[in-house]
Amino acid sequence: MSITEERTNNVIGQRMLRREDPALLTGEAKFVNDLAIPGALHLAVLRSPYAHARIKSIDVSDAASMPGVVAVYTGKDLQSTWAAPMPCAWPVTPDMKNPAHYPLAVDKACYVGDGVAAVLATSESASRDAIDAIDVVYEPLPAVIDLEDALSDRVVIHDAIGTNTSYTWNLKVEAAEGAVDQAFKNAAFTVSERYVQQRLIPMAMEPRAVAAVPQPFGGDVTLYSATQVPHILKVMTAITLGIPEHQMRVVAPSVGGGFGSKLDVYAEELLCVALARKHGAPVRWVEERSENTQATIHGRGQIQNIELAADKDGRLTAVRVRLIGDMGAYLQLVTPGVPLLGAFLYAGVYDLPQAYDFSCTSVFTTMTPTDAYRGAGRPEATYAIEVAMDALARAMGIDPYELRKRNYIKKEQFYDASGNPTGYTAFHGLNYDSGDHLAAAEKAMQHADYVALRKAQATQNVPGARKRLGVGMTSYFEMCGLAPSRVLASLNYGAGGWESATVRVLPTSKVQVVTGTSPHGQGHETSWAMIAAEKLGVAPEDVDVLHSDTAIAPLGLDTYGSRSLAVGGVAIAGACDKVIDKARLIAAHQLECAAEDLQFEKGTFSVKGSPDKAVPIAAIAFAAFTAHNLPDGVEPNLEAQYTHDPKNFSWPFGTHVCVVEVDTETGKVDVLKYVAVDDCGNQINPLIVEGQVHGGVVQGMAQALYEEAVYDGDGNLKTSNLAEYLVPAACDVPPITTDFTVTPSTTNQLGVKGIGEAGTIGAASAVMNAVIDALSGLGITTLDMPASPNNVWKAIQAAQGGTK
Amino acid sequence: MKVSITINGTTQSHDVEPRTLLVHYIREHAHLTGTNIGCDTSSCGACTVHLDGEAVKSCTILAAQADGGTVTTIEGLTKNGEMHPMQKAFMENHGLQCGYCTPGMVMAAIGLLNENPKPSEEEVRLGLEGNLCRCTGYHNIVKSVLAAANK
Ligand code: FES
Ligand code: FES
Repeated sequence: MSITEERTNNVIGQRMLRREDPALLTGEAKFVNDLAIPGALHLAVLRSPYAHARIKSIDVSDAASMPGVVAVYTGKDLQSTWAAPMPCAWPVTPDMKNPAHYPLAVDKACYVGDGVAAVLATSESASRDAIDAIDVVYEPLPAVIDLEDALSDRVVIHDAIGTNTSYTWNLKVEAAEGAVDQAFKNAAFTVSERYVQQRLIPMAMEPRAVAAVPQPFGGDVTLYSATQVPHILKVMTAITLGIPEHQMRVVAPSVGGGFGSKLDVYAEELLCVALARKHGAPVRWVEERSENTQATIHGRGQIQNIELAADKDGRLTAVRVRLIGDMGAYLQLVTPGVPLLGAFLYAGVYDLPQAYDFSCTSVFTTMTPTDAYRGAGRPEATYAIEVAMDALARAMGIDPYELRKRNYIKKEQFYDASGNPTGYTAFHGLNYDSGDHLAAAEKAMQHADYVALRKAQATQNVPGARKRLGVGMTSYFEMCGLAPSRVLASLNYGAGGWESATVRVLPTSKVQVVTGTSPHGQGHETSWAMIAAEKLGVAPEDVDVLHSDTAIAPLGLDTYGSRSLAVGGVAIAGACDKVIDKARLIAAHQLECAAEDLQFEKGTFSVKGSPDKAVPIAAIAFAAFTAHNLPDGVEPNLEAQYTHDPKNFSWPFGTHVCVVEVDTETGKVDVLKYVAVDDCGNQINPLIVEGQVHGGVVQGMAQALYEEAVYDGDGNLKTSNLAEYLVPAACDVPPITTDFTVTPSTTNQLGVKGIGEAGTIGAASAVMNAVIDALSGLGITTLDMPASPNNVWKAIQAAQGGTK
Repeated sequence: MKVSITINGTTQSHDVEPRTLLVHYIREHAHLTGTNIGCDTSSCGACTVHLDGEAVKSCTILAAQADGGTVTTIEGLTKNGEMHPMQKAFMENHGLQCGYCTPGMVMAAIGLLNENPKPSEEEVRLGLEGNLCRCTGYHNIVKSVLAAANK
């Protein structure tokens, strides 16, 4: 099926209920911590209470003699266990500094929460009691929590590399040398803005959990982990521990959300495997929430300086961006690459000439390492360009939607002169597959009733009004479908971006789909079955989807970056094509015709022109199984494996509109309405698509209004549990109006793009633009996230003080 | 100490440490792992069960306090292989994604309707204040609860 052909089966596109749900709704589903593992020892990790401290001595004798304690280890004790330091897969520049990072610190602890010792005991409570009895003598050193302070190298965190700067990465694109400077010189309007992307804590509702089960006499190990990336984890565990890769098996059972925080290789995973092998017994660990806030990666953490140059009509002529990225204490799996995922997007959805100057310098601090968090680099970029566009509109005195309309890449620009879809090749050379920004924006504006809102605002926001109305919008482009392997190579990423699928039609004509994606809430079992059902012409109920166990699905690159459908789903379609191709040969043999004379429709091969000469794929599957009468050269069984390496990223887009009311006396922001119009190309299951948007929008809204990982000057995390870190509840957020435009991707056979991160990418800037819009009449033109009552109130006080 | 609790219709007795929380009793002694743990500050509601007919966070109660009581967990909602109407409503309205908050959310939602059988949307949102979900943005959870109320 191609995107232009009419669909025959209509499985794709249905709001099919999720097959995952009954197990999850009845308590039958098993998360890692639910697994019964007889004889397991429990791991607990003692964590540094200091942000930065030399470890002078560790006395474990009291702890070791406590009841139930089997062993106590320090970083030194285990140093010879590691064949390599913990992995960072993305050395973004050849000279990037990456300090050696081990599961337990040896000489120095570099953030509050850095592991310094480990206890193995016969029960969880015994292991936790024992870590309190370990006596560590620290020599505290100064904390580094401010990015600009880190950059100054006043205090160097990692002695071996002698600087806090990890790398500087540049992307300068100029039609001719000096084009950016020239554009700023000639600009009719410029804006220069500084934004802080506060640190966020991903806070998947299931904390991490690990269980390693060794086979003492064979040497094999099975690692159960609450992970998004069983395949990556398998390779990396093998490398880090020097275990032959074929002896490692990783299983991700039910996983309770990830949002990037489970896209990593963590100390506790390596400790459990190492100690399980050492002791010849299963070892398990479960994270407490207040441990999770420190020992699991954080997200965001950037200071952004963005400058826009525009001509007299407001058309963008140049963009200049300077970032400082907060890596935290060490580089985790893809930490340094996160700012790069946004680097191409600071011109947003706008038709920018080749005048772009991006540079990012990333620094170490004495805080929890950062890494990919929902959107990873793209929400940050979208925030900067979209909030800066509003600033430009204010500087010009024009409506922000009008300014955007003047700058959108136009629909026609995705086609050549004769109307063939060519995509739009942007200033940086990447090709945007398809888009129609104006259509999505118009639809969003209609839902929001933009014109009426502006009228209401003029009436409401009179001087002295207590409650002020604000309207904010964002138009975004998301780079997803990670990723074409060749592009990843050019960005120095340590792996490819393909995905694998195997499709097998069993003798009884039931279908098995084996995928390399690893879902943790996205409903892949349901959607992947729909894809295979549509392609093979069978009922979705007859398709089983196997995943997340490297023994069952040995090839895969897992789930993150909105890649699963655009890469993994397309791989399934490709594997189905191969199955159909093989089945066609067998059908031709049975029907005694040429393979080219057969058509395949609704699960049946028939001879073109004589529809009564037909054979269903079920019969062919049985014939392939018995192998009694196969054409020469055709192997028994109906099965095919296909690996899809995308030709291009996919580029979902859309416009979000947010309406807020700000109480100027309390500083409280109420979101009155939120409209999301997204375009993710063709949709497999709109029910799931909408759910992804809802969840993503609320996560973005949470960054704008509620959440922040707050550190004090000594580097202590003050928001270290769910009582202090404000994840919004149902009453803190509004219902979300979702709608869609459908502009199929032209770079894959399903025409799909990806939707996992869109909501988060659009929401933070839409909300903040609305808040600033509400307050701009009071002289407020910039505001840091989160726009908490306290921050908003202070900004109002400051602005009013200033105008007195 | 000995604790005796009727869980999902069966009375069980176990020897537990006095500091054992009800949630640990349910998971580790009664071996019912559908009830989840999401925090250590009684903030998330993942552990919500019914104790003597009321929705409670089982991490805020000692097993000893529930001695002699009646507990219903998510496993106790299905009858003769049929899901409870609230479970069905969550399924029909895509009120769950990863499903980790879901057992607690469903138990809290049933508790909410027991107290207020026809809540407004606003009342549902306020009534679920103690239950956090990181996946759904609550939109479809609220829709599920309203749908169950209107059945
Ligand atoms: S586990 Fe979070 S409230 Fe009980
Ligand atoms: S469905 Fe994942 S936390 Fe609610």
